[in-house]
Amino acid sequence: MNAFDYRAPRALDEALAIFQEYGDDARVIAGGTALVTMMRQRLVQPRCVVSLRDVEGLGRIEATNGAIRIGALVTHREAETSPLLQERLPVLAETFRRVGTIRIRHMATVGGALAHADPNQDPPVTLIALGARVEIRSADGRREVPIEEFFRDYYEPALEPVELVTAVTVPLLPPASGASFVKFLPRTADDYATVAVAVSVTLEAEGERCREARVALGSVATTPLRGRAAEALLSGARLDEDVAKAVGDAARRVTDPLDDHRGSAAYKREMTAVMVGRALTQAWVAARASARGAR
Amino acid sequence: MIRIRLAVNGQPHDVEVPTYRTLLDCLRYDLGLTGSKEGCGVGVCGACTVLLDGKMISSCIALAVFADGREVTTVESLADDERLHPVQQAFMDAGGFQCGICTPGQVVAAKALLDAIPNPSDTEIREWMLGNLCRCTGYYKIVESIRAAAQQSRA
Repeated sequence: MNAFDYRAPRALDEALAIFQEYGDDARVIAGGTALVTMMRQRLVQPRCVVSLRDVEGLGRIEATNGAIRIGALVTHREAETSPLLQERLPVLAETFRRVGTIRIRHMATVGGALAHADPNQDPPVTLIALGARVEIRSADGRREVPIEEFFRDYYEPALEPVELVTAVTVPLLPPASGASFVKFLPRTADDYATVAVAVSVTLEAEGERCREARVALGSVATTPLRGRAAEALLSGARLDEDVAKAVGDAARRVTDPLDDHRGSAAYKREMTAVMVGRALTQAWVAARASARGAR
Repeated sequence: MIRIRLAVNGQPHDVEVPTYRTLLDCLRYDLGLTGSKEGCGVGVCGACTVLLDGKMISSCIALAVFADGREVTTVESLADDERLHPVQQAFMDAGGFQCGICTPGQVVAAKALLDAIPNPSDTEIREWMLGNLCRCTGYYKIVESIRAAAQQSRA
């Protein structure tokens, strides 16, 4: 690793001022699992590393106004084991549980993973299906972006050098809704997905027709994707085999995967269609149960 | 260089390290605690497993400054003089100790497991130990050792 200045500000404003000072030459460190690995491989050689660990107020998971707000410094393990998340958004707690190993989940943070913008990560997929928003701060103020607009390219978040991810806000599912996360990984359980899919479905109150759905895909392009064409097919539809197949095909068409040791591009495209079908069925079953429970 | 104060296995230390020093290198080269090993160097294999404030982490991708003001537990703390920790004894008795290179990480992870879940199921053992690789591939014996250690601790 290269030598660097290390700063550990105690307040967010202080951290944001350091970014103004160093610009592109400063890198934020939270859990460090991504940054230290990249620094050890000399892929990144920052002049200054700014640790957020002493900044107050970034490590909370809280219920706010029909949503759950997860602070940027919450670790994957804290998210996975949070009683609030397990009760209100079990699909998201389960998604965090599927990341890497417990050791890595003790270190890696929710905000750090988003800012890393690795398209093979699991949480962004479920967060897109749930309609989450990323909260971003700079010395000039605060903004929020829908999470599917946050990923620009391979390892490239929609984040200026002077900006910082401070939280992600995830709306609770409305009544008559269900959500699922399917991670297809033929190698070891701690690996990145070959294909990951998350689906959320909200049914009409009668519990048969789809009012709204979201389909999200991971590991099949340079960013996680939202399958809008697939979603459009679901609007007003009842679920049967033909619909599930059409939705899977529509999702497959937006993918642009790489050939790698987790599968060929052609294989990943085919598996996208299959996994979307499975995720859709799971989400639908959950939505129906939720609709029945509400009546 | 940066000055950090940390407690390792209950002993306070005050050391000056380069900012880029990993916690693993700090333990091994600054403090002489060579029980924790570097295997993959990218947080995958588990040979460098230590506990930071009781939570197991990969010390090869943790900066030493992260341990400033905190408590680190390494494999050196497990045995009490000549008396092995139940996890270490079980690894000896049930054959979990094989070529030895992954063993320090395995026993630290297993201790952390039994601290969190004193009576784990086989599924819980496998899920917890997922990130500790054994190139001898002797995973059955490792699971058996942990099961035995859990029984021993209950007795």
